[in-house]
Amino acid sequence: MDKPMSIFDISGRAMSAQLVRLNATASNMANAGTVAGSAEGAYRAIRPVFTPIAEKPGVSTVTVKEIVSSDTPATKRHDPGHPLADANGDVWESGVDSSAELVDMVDASRMYQNNVQVLNTAKSLVLETLRIGK
Amino acid sequence: MSIENELFGIHGKALALRSQRLTLLASNIANASTPGYKAQDIDFDKALATATSEQGSLGGALKEAMGYRVPLQSAEDGNTVEMSTEQTLFAENAVKYRTTLSFLEGRLNTISRALRGE
Repeated sequence: MDKPMSIFDISGRAMSAQLVRLNATASNMANAGTVAGSAEGAYRAIRPVFTPIAEKPGVSTVTVKEIVSSDTPATKRHDPGHPLADANGDVWESGVDSSAELVDMVDASRMYQNNVQVLNTAKSLVLETLRIGK
Repeated sequence: MSIENELFGIHGKALALRSQRLTLLASNIANASTPGYKAQDIDFDKALATATSEQGSLGGALKEAMGYRVPLQSAEDGNTVEMSTEQTLFAENAVKYRTTLSFLEGRLNTISRALRGE
């Protein structure tokens, strides 16, 4: 028999997944407002896609399936004085929606906290069970 | 099996089921932002009744009492985990786990006192 997935595996891996999401948000925020010389070269916001890993019905943890680039288009700005400007004097600003990123960041950190809370509760219950009869 | 039943009564099975339910609720909370995830839970009364019946087993009881949660307000990505519901149930389940644990402890104290003949 395989070692069954414990509550610590479930919440631990969920925390890692949320951390990936938080890192992606941080990358997006850091690159908001950066400028590139072409529409293709402009930074696109990245976002992880989660998928559940089920052990048996009802018992499943989560992992990052892939990281996709969002389709928020880069914004063209006319700025002939910019060193990166092309022949028409245009530059492209990265396609990052900062308010959406902020919302995502808050959501990811709350989800992370929820999993920490679950882990703490599970830990104290396990310790109490160990102490039984003493 | 029978000795275990005599010693702990309903509480042994109840503790195992509580622990299983805790895992289920933790899975729901872990998948709170997974698109398309359907939250699951067990009907505890039903599971306990099945587990304590004549030929009942824990695995069978879980399978029989398992169901999908009906969301109060469905999300656009098909996820049916509602944080408020899950957290409330998780807290409730943890408290009830502790309750069962203290029943078991009382039982153990009774038996050990009887064994010592105090």
